[in-house]
Amino acid sequence: MTDQFEPTVIGFTCNWCSYRAADTAGTARMKYAPNIRLIRLMCSGRLDPTFVFKAFADGADGVLISGCHPGDCHYVEQNFKALRRFILMKRVLVQMGVEPGRLKLLWASAAEGAMFAAEINKFVEEIRKLGPLNWGKDEGGRMKDEISSFITHPSSFGEEVPA
Amino acid sequence: MTTSVKPKFAMYWAASCGGCEIAVLNIHEKILDVDANFEVVFWPVAMDAKYKDVEAMEDGSILLTLFNGGIRNDENEHIAKLLRQKSKILVAFGSCACEGCIPGLANFSSRQEIFDTYYETISTDNPEHLRPQSHYKMPEGEVNIPEFYPVLKTLDQVVDVDYYMPGCPPESHQIAAVIDLVIQVLQGKAELPPKGAVIGVGNSTVCDECTRKRNVRSITAFRRIQDLAPVDPEICLLEQGIPCNGSATRSGCNARCPSAGAQCIGCYGPAEGVLDYGARLISAFASVIDAKEPEEIERILDGIPDPAGQFYRFSLAGSLLKAGVPAWKKNGQAKHAAERQRGQGK
Repeated sequence: MTDQFEPTVIGFTCNWCSYRAADTAGTARMKYAPNIRLIRLMCSGRLDPTFVFKAFADGADGVLISGCHPGDCHYVEQNFKALRRFILMKRVLVQMGVEPGRLKLLWASAAEGAMFAAEINKFVEEIRKLGPLNWGKDEGGRMKDEISSFITHPSSFGEEVPA
Repeated sequence: MTTSVKPKFAMYWAASCGGCEIAVLNIHEKILDVDANFEVVFWPVAMDAKYKDVEAMEDGSILLTLFNGGIRNDENEHIAKLLRQKSKILVAFGSCACEGCIPGLANFSSRQEIFDTYYETISTDNPEHLRPQSHYKMPEGEVNIPEFYPVLKTLDQVVDVDYYMPGCPPESHQIAAVIDLVIQVLQGKAELPPKGAVIGVGNSTVCDECTRKRNVRSITAFRRIQDLAPVDPEICLLEQGIPCNGSATRSGCNARCPSAGAQCIGCYGPAEGVLDYGARLISAFASVIDAKEPEEIERILDGIPDPAGQFYRFSLAGSLLKAGVPAWKKNGQAKHAAERQRGQGK
């Protein structure tokens, strides 16, 4: 238990469906992984990709974006915007070397508390398997470590020229 | 007036291409104003000077230093710290110093990948597979060359920066305006902007300066400009499906590229208030795509084969994530290569 890696997952939920789904799960006393920190937005269409990058940059191991089912958006079609941003963000993150599984999109209606809780559990387990991302938790330190180890062992890459 | 009472001016290039220096010289006869008002004490591209001469200067004795280039190795960092110490006003000059620019794109790759490309690819004749070492012991003693860092950093990730002047390179009319301002400050006719300000720029986006007509943007396909004939000379390029970065890019260039029929590639960096340039563009591009089905969205996005390059061409090192996994995580390399291939195979 103590050795187990506990991932930090940030969840962005919309006010009208997915946050209510979390509420439904809560009032029904359904348990789900405490690793997720939910942040309520008015709409998944409010999700600026900056939020996602900032979450990863500041130490999140996974990010969940959750909104109303297609066609159910309180603001008509802003959740489609979220869908398009999600797909594009994922492409960029993959190029950055981040596993695509660290970013998840989930449609959840206010009634789907049980499904919401189950999906969060599933997602947290998936992230646990991927391991820590540790993005820039101590970026300066990390870079410095890398540099100093490199300086101490110049042969750590490439071939050393025989003297 | 003797030279000794003129305020001192310095300009330095770290990891950069030299275009910023050309841009400074491109202010034409205004360069004479620089000479009339400043004593140039250190400017490696224009005059001979030694680092030890700078080291011998009194702290804060240089009034104005324009620093261009990113911090790629320990020599860059040493000079950045040295010039910070010796300068009253340190300006991150040009996109490289502000946000990493093209040299910062190396932050997608590990050092191993960078050196493999540099020393081992087909265009390189290196039969003995030699790799320069930072430190090398010889009978005569140890020789050193600058240490190549795992990631390129922006100037303000290394030292305190007073002002930012973006652009690749900064437009000459903006440089001239900034030099005019500094001279007026010297003569007591103007005041310096608050510390940390972005200078020599507009306060809006390239789109606002662009004269092309904007209607409703709704994109069903992205195309490269050379694949689209003819390009409508009047209508917004993004509307025509050309990935134009103007909507997130700071104004200041008079929308030079879109006016000439080429898309904005974002060299003036993030507009005022934008924390992460690429994220803002992802937001903008995703908003104008006219599709609701995932398959259709994927198809349209295939028209942007290198989204990270498209959105972070100039700003990777200064972005929230700063670098790709391979650059800062040694074990990220193998995984990265596989992922990248998978990404391309789509």
